[in-house]
Parts: sequence; C-alpha cells; structure tokens
Amino acid sequence: MATETLKPPPGSPGKLRMEHVSMVFDRDGKVTPVLDDINLNVSDGEFVAVVGPSGCGKSTLLNLMGGFLSPTGGSISIDGQTVSGPDPRRILVFQERGVFPWLTVEGNIGFGLSKLSRAEREQRIAHYVQLVRLQGFEHTYPSDLSGGMKQRLQVARALAVNPDILYLDEPFGALDSVTRLIMRGELLRIWQTERRTIIFVTHDVDEAVQLADRVVVLSSRPAKIENILTIDIAHPRNISSPRYLQLRDELLSKIGLAYTV
Amino acid sequence: MNSLAKPAVWEKYFWPLLAAGLLLAVWYYSVVWTATKVFPSPVSVEKGLAGLLQKHVLWADIGDSLRRVALGFGAAAVVGIPLGLTLGWYPALNQVVNPALQILRPISPLAWIPVAIVFFGVGDRPAVFLIFLSAFFPILVACISGVSNVPAIFRRAGRNFGLSSAQILTRVVFPAALPQILIGLRIALGVAWLVVVAAEMIAVDSGLGFLVIDSRNSGKRYDLVVAAMLVIGLIGLALDLGFRRLETIRSVRWGFRHES
Repeated sequence: MATETLKPPPGSPGKLRMEHVSMVFDRDGKVTPVLDDINLNVSDGEFVAVVGPSGCGKSTLLNLMGGFLSPTGGSISIDGQTVSGPDPRRILVFQERGVFPWLTVEGNIGFGLSKLSRAEREQRIAHYVQLVRLQGFEHTYPSDLSGGMKQRLQVARALAVNPDILYLDEPFGALDSVTRLIMRGELLRIWQTERRTIIFVTHDVDEAVQLADRVVVLSSRPAKIENILTIDIAHPRNISSPRYLQLRDELLSKIGLAYTV
Repeated sequence: MNSLAKPAVWEKYFWPLLAAGLLLAVWYYSVVWTATKVFPSPVSVEKGLAGLLQKHVLWADIGDSLRRVALGFGAAAVVGIPLGLTLGWYPALNQVVNPALQILRPISPLAWIPVAIVFFGVGDRPAVFLIFLSAFFPILVACISGVSNVPAIFRRAGRNFGLSSAQILTRVVFPAALPQILIGLRIALGVAWLVVVAAEMIAVDSGLGFLVIDSRNSGKRYDLVVAAMLVIGLIGLALDLGFRRLETIRSVRWGFRHES
C-alpha cells in the first residue's frame, strides 16, 4: 500500500526527487547499509518532516539531499538536475553549534553574501535580522546569545543566501521544551513569509504534526520509507482538535510499528 | 570568606602586595641573619639597580634582549603559523612529517647552542636562531592541533555556502583555530624569553643574559646579578600580560574561558 503513495504523480516533476536511493557505508571493511530504496518526491514550497527511530539514517538522508554525501545507489535530483555537491541554493541547518562564534550576528548572516555589494548586503542582513527578531543584537557574538537565538541566527544565515530548499537537521533538538514550542511557531511564521521548500528531520512527533504538510516515517536501519502521512489541517493548527490528535496517534502508531520492525 | 565571594577592590591589590612584601622581608632577614658575604640583600640590589640605570647600560641591555626575542619569535611565527596551518589542513602530510617533529621538539634549545655557534658564529644570529627554535615548536604544534580541532560542522557550513578551499581556510578554519593559535603564541613568547637569557650568556656581549653572567664574572657583583634577574622577571610578566590582552579581542574571546 505504502509504495503506491510514494510514486510521483504523473506530469509533476517535483522540486526534489529521490529515486531508489540507497546508501551503504564502508568503514574499515565494515559494511553498514543505512538507507534502502528511498523514493520521495517533494514539491516546491512544501514542508516535509522526516521522523524515525534514532540512528536510522535521518541525518544521512539530509546529507545526501544536501550533496555532502553521494548515494551508493539510485539518484537524487533537484529541479531535474542531479545533486552533485553542496550548493548555496540549498542550505543545511545543524542541530547546534552551527553558527560561527568568531562572527557577530551581522557577520554570521552576511557570511554567504560576500559577492553582493555592500549596500545590498547590509539591506539583506537588516531584513533577516528583523525576520528572526534579533534586532538590537546585530553586534552581539553568539556566545552571548541563548540557544533559541542561535538557532534563529542559523536559520537567518541560511535564508540570507536565498536558497530554495532548507534542510533542517533536528534544529530544535538541543533546546529546552518551552523554547522548542516558541521556535516551532517562529519557523512556521518564517516559512509562511518566505515560502521555501523545507525538509525537517526530527524525532519529535508533535513537532512533525504541528509543522509539516507531509510526514515521512522511516523504519529502523537500513531505513526504508515506512509510510508517508499527509497532515491535512490548515495553519494555525489547533493542537487539541480531534483531527490533530487523530493524526498524531496515527503517526505514533506508525512509528511504534516502525520500531518493532 | 568563601571562594564565591567577590573580593573588594582593595583586597585585590592588598594581599598580593602583602605577599610580595613578606617575600622581600624573608629575603632581607635571611641575608642579615646568615651574615652572608656573597648573596646580596634587597637593599644592595636596589642600589645596584639604581647604579645600572645611572650608567644607562640597563636600557641598552633590555633593548637588545627584546630585539632578539622580537626577531626570533617573529620569524618563528612567520614560518610556524603557515606551516602549522598547512599540516593541520593536510593530515596525510602531517603524518609524514610528524615523527620527525616529535623527535626535534623535546630537544632543549640549549642543546642547540654548539650547533648554533657552528652555523652562525658569534653575535646576534646564533641567539636569534635559538629563540626561533624555542618558539617555533609551540607555535607549530598549536596551529596543527588548532586546525585539526576545528569542528567538521564549520567546514561543512563553509562548503555549503559555496566557499572555495582557500576561502574555507581563511574564512572558516583560521578564525576557528585562532584562539588555540594565540595560546601557542603566548607559550612560545614565554619560552623565547626564557631562552634569550641563556642564549645571551654564550654568544653575545649585550642583553640581560649577558648582564647576569658579566656581573658575576667581572667582580662577583651579585647585587647586579639579582637586579638583572628581577628585571628579567618583570619584563617576562609584562610580555605575558600584554599578550593576554589579545585574548580579550571580541572575535577570539569565545575560545577562552575567562567570563567576566
């Protein structure tokens, strides 16, 4: 059943396509299959969450999409072009410690903008400082920012180079639970103002159901796509509505299934 | 007073001064009570120091020592930093060179004295060479480990934003390694100051090291020996404090632990 939903609808090329992608790590002769026959089609502007048991290969999946690794089998293409390496058109946001501690907030946001003229760069920086609500902290160094502010800064640095895809690798995983809640709202607001395609890896089911258009459930290693769940609730989502709870339970049970496989 | 209590301003200066005063007192009374004819008391050292200042030799000696340190340390930084960055950047190359470096590194610069004289004769050059050697290895090692300790996440971010290898080195790896490089430079400067004194005892006829050995040789002026020692200590302290100020620069402060 599940495989049917994975096939791309005919006629729509999709933004990002993964076809029969598999990944096998070979370290010191020890062969570890991590991903097995992953087929996924993400359309432009879509928010896709990827959940699965820890260590199943979620981050590997992002690294493949981002071009930091090459798949050992299958192909990944974006806008019809095969992904062959990292590219500023799609930026990976890390869980923590991703911002550069030797640069100020401004310096971090402007990091990828050295090709722009000074005026353009300053304008871009000001825009994204405002978008992630770091006004007043332009000249602050990351060591003086809170965890949530650092992650907002990382998102701003990524958005500043105007990428069409953002890969977020458990971006709120290191934050406390209250900050996580606030950050979800912030990310949603940012996504709604700056429509980008987002692939969001998380181990938090609530996070996935609250944010994503579709949730991809991976099995344990070697990971296959266990299921893809469409979250058909409009934003802002009422997290105590029956539909929300139903989808959340469905996802939980699917992950539970995935765990036992 | 528990260790968390913040000392008052007067305490910050009072206790260290008291400790120094006590040390002077112990020194003074030790000399008086043992009635030694050889070791000078603080009073005669102070007179000796005043005498040196009057004859204007002290400033010239200080200047010569500082010049040699500046040359040797500067050369070590100019050679050591790029080489260390390169070796840190290419681990394969580092593996090739590392055994040789590890053998050379524990050799005291003083063991190089005969070699330095064979190579450079007498005068400034062997002294500068010895200081270069002493400062070179701490700088090199700090740069290598600084670069290899740069979190992979920073390099990946650099690649993600479309930087070339050269740009990643200058815009990511170097600033990320800079705090550790600065620590290496500070250690190297301390060692260089230790070694200049030794170097000046053998190959030159000026500098604080020469002042120490010359004061002893020409008339056993131990008051001058100790005066020179004190000057050496004070200048070493000043160099270190000066260098520490670099650690408070905003773009490297993240790498140091002094939160205040």
